[in-house]
This record gives sequence, structure tokens and C-alpha cells, in this order.
Amino acid sequence: MTTTESSPFTITSESTGDEWELVVGLEVHCELATATKLFCSCPNAFGDEPNTNVCPVCLGLPGSLPVLNHHAVELAMRIGRALHCEVHPSVFARKNYFYPDMPKDYQVSQYDQPINVDGHLDLADGSRVGIERAHIEEDTGKNTHAGGGGRIHGADYSLVDYNRAGVPLVEIVGRPDIRTPDQAKAYVDELRAILLATGASDAKMEEGSMRVDANVSVRHVGDPTLGTRCEIKNLNSLRSLGRAIEYEARRQVELLESGERVLQETRHWDEEAGRTRPGRSKEEAEDYRYFQEPDLVPLRPAGDWVAAVDAALPTLPAARREALAAAAGVEPTDRGVVIAVDRALDGLAVAAIAAGADAGRVLNHVEHNLATEGAAALDPAHLAELVQLETGGQLTATQAKQVLADMVETGRPPADIAAERGFEAMDTSELAGVLDGIVAANPDAWADLLAAPDGDKRLKKLRGFFTGEVMKATKGQADGKEVNRLLEERRAAGS
Amino acid sequence: MVQRVLAAGAIPIGKTNLDEFAMGSSTENSAFGPTRNPRDHERVPGGSSGGSAAAVAAGFAPIALGSDTGGSIRQPAALCGVVGVKPTYGLVSRYGLVAFASSLDQIGPFANTVADAALLLEVVAGHDPLDSTSIPAPAPSLTSVLDEGVAGLRVGLITELLGDGIAPDVAARVRAAADALAAAGAEVGEASVPAASYGLSAYYLIAPAEASSNLARYDGVRYGLRVDGATTGEMMDASRTAGFGDEVKRRIMLGTYALSAGYYDAYYGKALKVRTLILRDFAAAYERFDVLLSPTSPTTAFRFGDKVDDPLAMYLNDVCTIPTNLAGHPAMSLPFGEGGDGLPVGVQLLAPAQGEDVMFRAAVVLEEAAR
Repeated sequence: MTTTESSPFTITSESTGDEWELVVGLEVHCELATATKLFCSCPNAFGDEPNTNVCPVCLGLPGSLPVLNHHAVELAMRIGRALHCEVHPSVFARKNYFYPDMPKDYQVSQYDQPINVDGHLDLADGSRVGIERAHIEEDTGKNTHAGGGGRIHGADYSLVDYNRAGVPLVEIVGRPDIRTPDQAKAYVDELRAILLATGASDAKMEEGSMRVDANVSVRHVGDPTLGTRCEIKNLNSLRSLGRAIEYEARRQVELLESGERVLQETRHWDEEAGRTRPGRSKEEAEDYRYFQEPDLVPLRPAGDWVAAVDAALPTLPAARREALAAAAGVEPTDRGVVIAVDRALDGLAVAAIAAGADAGRVLNHVEHNLATEGAAALDPAHLAELVQLETGGQLTATQAKQVLADMVETGRPPADIAAERGFEAMDTSELAGVLDGIVAANPDAWADLLAAPDGDKRLKKLRGFFTGEVMKATKGQADGKEVNRLLEERRAAGS
Repeated sequence: MVQRVLAAGAIPIGKTNLDEFAMGSSTENSAFGPTRNPRDHERVPGGSSGGSAAAVAAGFAPIALGSDTGGSIRQPAALCGVVGVKPTYGLVSRYGLVAFASSLDQIGPFANTVADAALLLEVVAGHDPLDSTSIPAPAPSLTSVLDEGVAGLRVGLITELLGDGIAPDVAARVRAAADALAAAGAEVGEASVPAASYGLSAYYLIAPAEASSNLARYDGVRYGLRVDGATTGEMMDASRTAGFGDEVKRRIMLGTYALSAGYYDAYYGKALKVRTLILRDFAAAYERFDVLLSPTSPTTAFRFGDKVDDPLAMYLNDVCTIPTNLAGHPAMSLPFGEGGDGLPVGVQLLAPAQGEDVMFRAAVVLEEAAR
């Protein structure tokens, strides 16, 4: 079997020559960034001592009743509207099944009447993924199984932490419009950016505040009907997502090619083994016995509430990337642009560029030197000034980095900080003297450098060595560009 | 709700007996043993809130509280000869009430007099932000309207609840009550609520369905009885098997079945439609009448063991009370004379949602007439 990485992603059978197409639909659960839980006033917090953020309601004690958190509804609507969904009158339903991490042995969710319906998400590559629905539901607690390899079967005992029980979730159900692993990753990445931009969720896959399940099936290229799908769980990173989808597609094609059938089942991704495994075998189909939650009333957000949500929606990441890319004269897919929007530093970058700073250097600083908290509060004029000092040769890259760190911390203008630190670019004659000393101290390396022809890969390494030594000797005060110029000058002279 | 009673100065003297999880019509399904009817110790007090009715009838307490999902306040009130009120759904907070069927459960008062019942209801009623189904309005004033009389009030006798299955001596007392109201100036006529005849069938799908979900939490994981098992599933299974009584298990199974894939539409879904029809029929009746009148229970108090092994016969006890629960309307039972066996007969007054005031006005007149 061979795989074509470029779009469209197809798997070609070596035996039959058949071409197979991948079909993926993603279900994304995200925890909403509310202060309290969905139906009670317990804190919605990650990582606290087990069973400390609990009360009669989220423990499901007899006699307790749920009261809907309105901020959760607001955040759910933000997600829905950012995904171009319609907000519908909705009702809550009970999803009934027994599991120890569920205090009531039912989950309050939305079933046949969800709040957000029928939207879409446009990806940077120009493709559009349909959104079937984005509904509100409560999270479950968390089980820890002691012994038996951490799985419930064969465990000596299990511990349950109910801090997460009742945390508000929105489940975003995407349509099966995704055709490549990369597209799946781009979709999740974009969704994450939207969740962050709207403030609806902190969307951390590693902490589980954003959880992705992938429904994967394959079909012959050109076949309009969908194949039997498997639901892949335990995808804790974008990398896992891409690998799992690709593995699963190949597994299904192999099955079908050998005349077998794909079983509709839940499968777990094993990152270490690089494969999916069948989940707990289900002897019979799950029957959740959904019915309308009688302890809650129907949810009918008023038109002016929806309008207020719309009005307060921030400019979404795609539009922000386009704006920054236009200002910087690069593509919206440029790494620096993507990172700037991700860190909410795109406004700063656009303003600094508008103030006359070199766009490349601005994006470079955003990517490498501004991962710190408080960076967004930088005065764009100060950032522009810093970049101008740099491009004007008054500051080296290393000095600029230090001054920038100071600027973030103190909010003072770069000229003041540079003067106070005594930063000024080193005199060329002084720098040449330093290089002389280093060449003299490393005769073998210098001979190697002179002997290396242009384009030799050792040349880059050797240049790096000498530049590094000069930086070390000058405690980073030397201008890297100037050092390179001097090195090239001496190399050309052959001495 | 309890806090409101305490804040009003009431002194709690005890917890009263009831059928397990309020499931029963005779208080025979209690882990504490049965409660006897103070009017005749060989007979049941009704149920499920039989303990509260008996405590008031026996004079242990002047007032008591109970819960009414399908008649569990009104039927024992009738069988013990006291006043019992099921308020409009949402008038009294359900926060703290162990849920049986959430869309039907309502707390209400027992008392020896209509005035005492009005007083207790005024205290416990009113909006509670902890119950999302609580009516967002202050408690109605009831004690102030008690002596307003029934002159000009339109009273409808529910024809469907006076025919087959209703003991003739009980039906006779209901007709006598209608006469008493007419004598006091009310306009009495015959009212029809056709869908009421399907109430019992709909109720025994909706209430068990909700109960099957509400009672799932008693799984041995967090609190209560736990019987160990080799796996979590076996532990839950063993704990529930040991912990629940027969009637509770019967209803959990009924409800689970009614909600199951492939059966939902035929059972639970259809029951919801009947519920809508009942609401529609009541709405039509209340266009012509201010209050409705019917028996509370088809018979007077029956003997221990008479029906406990025949679930269907037991369920039929609630045929007159159930339609109001499905509609969410208020209704009350008050004693109006005796049956052929010398035991108390209760008549039921029904009113539209939040119509407690007219209901209590008619009740006072009947109470006076029964003296």
C-alpha cells in the first residue's frame, strides 16, 4: 500500500490497485472556562485535592437539584456563534448508564434539541468542515484504578475523584467532511484557537480540558456512501490524532482488502505501540434511555441575549491571521503569524509594524522572545523602537533580547534600558582583535574552516563555533552579523 | 422547605412512616413496618404518606407534611378522614425531597381543618432559586380568602370519575358535596375530562420511567448500603438487589422498559401524549368551571393485605388523584361524611394551576356543611 501525503489523501492497494479514501468526523469535548460548575456553585478547577470541590448537587445526593449556570450557556453560545451555528431553543436530557464516576448514574446532556445547530469551520487551506451541533453537558468524575495496569478490569480497587463531576462541557460534533490526517489536525488546531479567542475554554489537550474522539472510516474513491466507522479515543495530542487516524485507515483498508468487515466499535489509541486497540467489548449495544431532564426547564435564550453574544464576539483567529499576514507581507500560514495570533500578540505586532518596525524581526521576537506573561501589554511604539535600534546596528540581537525582557517587566522604553545597561554595538576594530585571539587559540579548527569548500556542511558548523566563541568572549555584546562579516572577510583572504 | 416551617415557629416532633420511596397506596411497603389507620386498626391508612395522615388523624400532631406524586397526600387524607393538599406543581420547593418522579412530585400539608392546611401551605410555598421548576412568584395568600364563600362559583362534577369502579357510597357522598356547594350559592354542573380515563396508564409509565433514573444513584458507590461484588458492576447489582423492596424493583423495571430503545415511542412517548391530552381536557373544563369535584379514592380504607399482592388493584386506588399530578394542577381531599362501613369518605376539589385560593374557598364551605 502506498499513501499520498498531498491532498487528496488516498491509500492505493498494491494487490488490487484500488484507491481508498479516508473519511473522518471529529467529536471535540471542551471544558468551559466558568468559575463554577454547570449545576452548582462548586469551583470549576483543575488539579485540586481530590473530592474537595464537591457539594450535595454534584455528588448527586438524594434531594439535591440542579440549577443551570448562565455563564456556561453564554460561553456555549459564544462557541456556537463563532462556529456560525444557529442558536435554538433547547432542552436537557438524561443519558442513563451506570458508572462509578457518575454520581447520579445519569449524565445531564442535550440530546434531540441541542442549543447550537448547523455551523461550519473554515480552515487555513480553504476547506470547510461542517458542524452538526455543539451542545452543553456535564462532565463526569475521574476514576483511578489501582493495580491491574491502571485499567478497571483486574484492578485491586478504584478511587473516584468527583472534583470534575458537573464541570460544564460543550461537545462539538463535526460532520464527516475531513479527508486527511493533516486536515484533522488543522481542524482541531483552529477550533482550539477559536476556543481561546472567545475565552470559552482553555482548551488544553494534555490536561483534558479539550478531548478529541475521531470517527474514522474508509471507502473506495468515488463511492458516495460512508463506510462502517470506528470511534478512536485516547487522543491526547495533535500528533496522536494524526498518527491514530492514519493507522486506523490502513487497518480498515487491510481488513476490507482481505474480504473482512470493519466492526463498528470504540477503539483506543496506544501511543507507544502506535496502534489502535478495541475498547472494552460491548456484549450489547448501549441503550442510554434518553428522556427530558424533569429537574430543569427548557432553555430559550432571548434574541437580544444572542445578539449581545454576537456583538461581543472577538475578531476570530482566521481574520486576525489574515490581518497580521497582510501587514507583515507574508502568508496567513506563516509560523510567526500563527504563533502571534495564538499568543494574542497579533495586535501588538500589527501596531509595531505600522510604527515602522521591520516585520520579519517583529515576528521573530513574537515567536522566540515573547512567550512570557505580560507580553501583550507591551507598548507597540516601544517594540518598534527596539527593532529600529536593532536594524540600525545600535543593538545586537542578543542585547535586543535582554532589553525586550526588561521592557516586558518594567514597561520602560528600550533606549533607556540599553543606556542603563551600557549596551552599544562593539567597535569593529575591537571585534577584529577578539577574533584574532580566538583564531590563534584554535589553529586546527581555523585550518579546517579554511580548507572547507563552499557548500560543505562542515563549514556551517565551524562558522558557528567561531561565532559562538566570539559571543562567549564578549559576553554576547558582539553583533552577530558583524562577526559573520569579519569571519567571511578572513576566510576570503585565506588567512 | 423544612427551614421555612422551622422559621415560622413549628416544632418538629418526628419523622412519619411512608411506603419505600413513596411507592405505594397503603404504607405497607415500609422497612419500618405498616402504619395502622387510627379510624380502624385493621385497615390501611392509605399511602404513600400514610404515616403523616395517621399522625394527624390520631392527634399526634396538628399538622404534617407529605409528598404527592400520584395521590400520596390526598388518598391517605381521605382514608384517615383528614384534610390533605397537593399544591400546584412548582408552588413548593422540591429541594431536599428525595425524588420519586421529578415532574410529578409535590410537597403539601395535612391538617385536621382546612384553615390549618391553608396556614401550613402559605408557610412552605413560594419561590426557591435552588429548584429550577419552582414558580417564580411569592406564596399566595390563602388564609385571607377562606371566608369568601362560593356564591357564583362554577363547580363541575367530573363524570368520568363517578362511574365504574367507584363505590356507590363514595359516589353518593360526592353528589352530596355538590349539593352542599349548590346550597351555598355555587353553580353546579357536569364536567367532562375524557382523557382522565387514560391517566392511570400514562402515570404508570411516566412515573416509573423517571423513578428508574432517579433511583439509579443508589448504587453502593458513594453512600448507603453496599454489598461487595467481584467487579464494580456486580457490586452495584448486589447492592441494589439487597437494598430495594419488591414494589420499588417492580417500578424500576417498568420504567427501564418504558424508556428502552424500540419501546420508548410505544410506551413513554405515548404516555407523554396522553399527558398533553389530559392538560387540554382540563383546560377545556376550566373554561366552564372554576373548580371541579370528584371522589379522592374509589373506596374507603381497605384491610391490610387486601391489595398488597395485587399491584394492579393497588394502582387503581389512585385513579381519581393521578390526572391532577399529570396536569400539574392543585387538588385537595377533605372528609365529607362516612361510607356504608362507617369509615371516612374523602371528596376531592380540583382547580387550575395556581387556583389554590378558589379551591380553599370551596373547601371551607364543604367543611362547614360536613359538620
